[in-house]
Amino acid sequence: MPAETTLAADVGTGLVAAHQVCKTYATGDAPGRHVLEHIDFTLKEGEIVAILGKSGSGKSTFLRILAGLTGPSDGFASYRGRRIDDPVSGIAMVFQSFALFPWLTVLGNVELGLEAQGVAPDERHRRAIAAIDLIGLDGFESAYPKELSGGMRQRVGFARALVVNPDVLLLDEPFSQLDVLTAETLRGDVEDLWRDRRIPTKGIILVSHNIEDAVFLADRIIVFGSDPGCIRADIPVPLPRPRDQANPIFRSLVDQVYTLLTTVPGTEAAKRRAEPIGLGYRVPDASIQQLTGLLEALSQPPYEGRADLPKLAESEHLSTDDLMVLVETLQLLGLAQVGGGDIEMLPAGRAFAAADLHNRKQIFADHLRRAVPLAAHIRRVLDERPGHSAPEGRFLAELEDYLSEEEASQVFETVINWSRYAELFAYDIDSGVLSLENP
Amino acid sequence: MAERWGLPIVAWPSRLRPSVWDGIALPLVFGALILLAWASQQMGQPFHTGEQLPISLDPGYLPEYALRTVMRMALALVASLVFSIVYAAAAAKSKRAEKLLIPVLDVLQSVPILGFLSITVTGFVALFPGRLLGYECAAIFAIFTSQAWNMTFSLYQSFLGVPHDLREAARMYHLSPWQSFWQLEMPYALPQLVWNMMMSVSGGWFFVVASEAISVNNQTVLLPGIGSYIAVAIDHRNLYAVGYAIAAMLVLILVYDQLLFRPLLAWVQRFKVETIVGEEIEPPWFLVMVQRARVFHGMARLFGLMAQISGHLSRSLPALPRPARRRRLGRALDIAWAVVLTGGAVAALIEIAHFVRAEVGWSEVGYVFVLGAITLVRVVVLIALAAAFWVPIGVWIGLRPRLARRIQPVIQFLAAFPANLFFPIVVSLIVVYRLNPEIWLSPLMILGTQWYILFNVIAGTLALPTDYLLVAGNLGVRNWLWWRRLVLPGIFPAFVTGAVTASGGSWNASIVAEIARWGGTTLRATGIGAYIATETEKGDFPRIALGITVLCIYVLVLNRLVWRRLYQLAEERLRLD
Repeated sequence: MPAETTLAADVGTGLVAAHQVCKTYATGDAPGRHVLEHIDFTLKEGEIVAILGKSGSGKSTFLRILAGLTGPSDGFASYRGRRIDDPVSGIAMVFQSFALFPWLTVLGNVELGLEAQGVAPDERHRRAIAAIDLIGLDGFESAYPKELSGGMRQRVGFARALVVNPDVLLLDEPFSQLDVLTAETLRGDVEDLWRDRRIPTKGIILVSHNIEDAVFLADRIIVFGSDPGCIRADIPVPLPRPRDQANPIFRSLVDQVYTLLTTVPGTEAAKRRAEPIGLGYRVPDASIQQLTGLLEALSQPPYEGRADLPKLAESEHLSTDDLMVLVETLQLLGLAQVGGGDIEMLPAGRAFAAADLHNRKQIFADHLRRAVPLAAHIRRVLDERPGHSAPEGRFLAELEDYLSEEEASQVFETVINWSRYAELFAYDIDSGVLSLENP
Repeated sequence: MAERWGLPIVAWPSRLRPSVWDGIALPLVFGALILLAWASQQMGQPFHTGEQLPISLDPGYLPEYALRTVMRMALALVASLVFSIVYAAAAAKSKRAEKLLIPVLDVLQSVPILGFLSITVTGFVALFPGRLLGYECAAIFAIFTSQAWNMTFSLYQSFLGVPHDLREAARMYHLSPWQSFWQLEMPYALPQLVWNMMMSVSGGWFFVVASEAISVNNQTVLLPGIGSYIAVAIDHRNLYAVGYAIAAMLVLILVYDQLLFRPLLAWVQRFKVETIVGEEIEPPWFLVMVQRARVFHGMARLFGLMAQISGHLSRSLPALPRPARRRRLGRALDIAWAVVLTGGAVAALIEIAHFVRAEVGWSEVGYVFVLGAITLVRVVVLIALAAAFWVPIGVWIGLRPRLARRIQPVIQFLAAFPANLFFPIVVSLIVVYRLNPEIWLSPLMILGTQWYILFNVIAGTLALPTDYLLVAGNLGVRNWLWWRRLVLPGIFPAFVTGAVTASGGSWNASIVAEIARWGGTTLRATGIGAYIATETEKGDFPRIALGITVLCIYVLVLNRLVWRRLYQLAEERLRLD
């Protein structure tokens, strides 16, 4: 393979690197969905890199390619100049769901990796106890994971990864299943270990959707764009450690990343204005209740129609992911627009917030037909049919020209939900028939 | 530590001394070993077909017979365990093996268990000429067939269901496939497997009893055991002896439950993947003894050592090449495999058609199908009657949780109790009152299986959220509306589960229920079960095969057309969570 021969020269500098990595998921006969496209990436010795992106931007897939858990469709990943085809020793991973073996005690879980390597029992025991002490779990050695709180479980996850003395640590959303307080404590402890060089790890890659986590931990933040996943920005974080979240530079970095994540980049926006979205557009899966709630909150003080996105997320108790879905939907429907890290209501959005239930449905229906081709298309077909009804199968088949089966049914379900609220048409789940009759 | 695979060792210094429990454990262990050695020696006895092993109705012999029965059960259970692990692992690991193994398992599951006995007994006898072992093997094989399939399915499904993140963690931390099988896949499958083992053994008692008295080529061979004891009791019209047998069986089931399944069920709690600490189960006395007695700790050490050695060995094996890169070759192999499978199936079909035409004739095939239809009517009517009877009672009990908790172990016990022990009582009544066997033999088919309906209905009612009941009361929903809108849809999934089990069991029971004896009187109902039983006695192999094949077809079609659809409906629409 030609790639093999040039490998050493290309990647001599980095600890872990990705070279023109692409990933495509085949969808039956269809050409397949591109999850990642031409990603070049290098993790240098001594740095923490955070990868941020919307859900579905392929950031988790990318991490799994670096871990050797899945293979790229094209390009390759490498560790210290050697190609990664399978999990390599030297790289350890911490999982979002902790992935602890419930039938092993804390000690048993931590020893797992050493046991697989064939380390002698005494040595294994000694090293596991050391790792458990390091991460602050002393006293819990004989506990089973189900006896522990989420924060303690993730500490076991860290101990299990650190005990094998990894060169590189991959963190897959390690704090996202913990409450805020617990997450911040654990995050701080991990940063302490890193800063004081108490672990031999030479590089960390953190995949997250939490911007604060990324700015707190990382030396560099990489923002992934979606559809297909690609690197949109590479932002250095020049703050000294330990970092203060109240520091103005910290805050402005958070704002900057927020803006990047919620706005559609120039080229894509231009494309969208020129040609309206197609039938197969992956509409974001937003709930009507949340959309309504967000518009109401926006229209009232202190926002009065315009809000800073991070502040809005905080005051409405929304995760970045949830907020991004809602914001994309409002933009799509022409109810609000985004610029410079702020969201601003458009006249239709203000009218919606001020209207009563009946008029809200009217406004929503108008914008839905105008902005979402699938909704308009279904309604048109039902209008034309003599019996004003049609089976769902035909629309799903049309969608599957563009999307995988799973995505098609997800998009279909979202549009059905919106259209039911807007009373554009009715849907009977038993027979799978769409109709204009309202029961 | 190494103890992971054995039983937990608590590192208290006092534990290093032999504990009080050792005093009980040591004699128990050695006593069991001696008894096992004796019972297995008995199995190898010389024996010539045509001889009659003396079976005494003296209750003093019952403990010996009970031991022989238990021995058969235990051997079958071990065989089922080994079979299911190998078979399920093969099906879960290889896509190609899966294509053959899973449909085959599906068919095997619908073959009536006593049919296996009819077909295989001649072969086993030929395998060990002049020894009893052949008959023993046939009986054990029949019990094996009543347990192995559902344990295999449970394991296969568990293997497929291993959480993705745990698999990734195992790969990330470089567990070899062998290590990951014993450290991840088996532990994950364990709770479900133990539960299924318990259910299988419950069903197994029925077949132990039925398979000890083997009728073949116009001769009856009685293997020493409770089943044979009761067969002799029937010959002698001795109701007292029937009563003794029932009592002995009661003790046996209790012992199995207390010594094997209660401890196992409590022990596998820790293997459940759940995020919160579940309801604490009071540790059964036997588990406490096992965990405290030092004798067992040595055994646990041994297991740990074996696990360690196997781990070392597996690491020294060369890593298998990843097959992903040779996709084109893989596809060619897939096609070739499909061709082989299809070819094999077609060849088998031709062979069967040829066989039937030469040996039996098509008109008899039609006749057997009619017999099958008659048995089908019986099964359907009986399930409907049992549902009409037990659903209201089950709901009534389920609405009283305290009563339900007390009554549930009793019903579980009734379900495990081999209903064929009660057959003589029912049959003697039919003979005395000269009732019509076509009608009155039918209830025997559902005697043992109706409990599954009751059991599941109670569980379903208990699972109904109290909120629903309160809302219904608040809105004044009563009488028929209450049943139609709330209770019947609410318990439907549980009811379907129970009815499927009951229906399967009834088909199986038809072979022993459609023909019954009481002393010299033989009662016969028309149906496919009676047909198979009669042909087995005559030793007419082609007709046995025909009967079993037709019965299989009925069960498969019924499963596909009715039960699977009801299951889907229940899964999709009426699940409460």
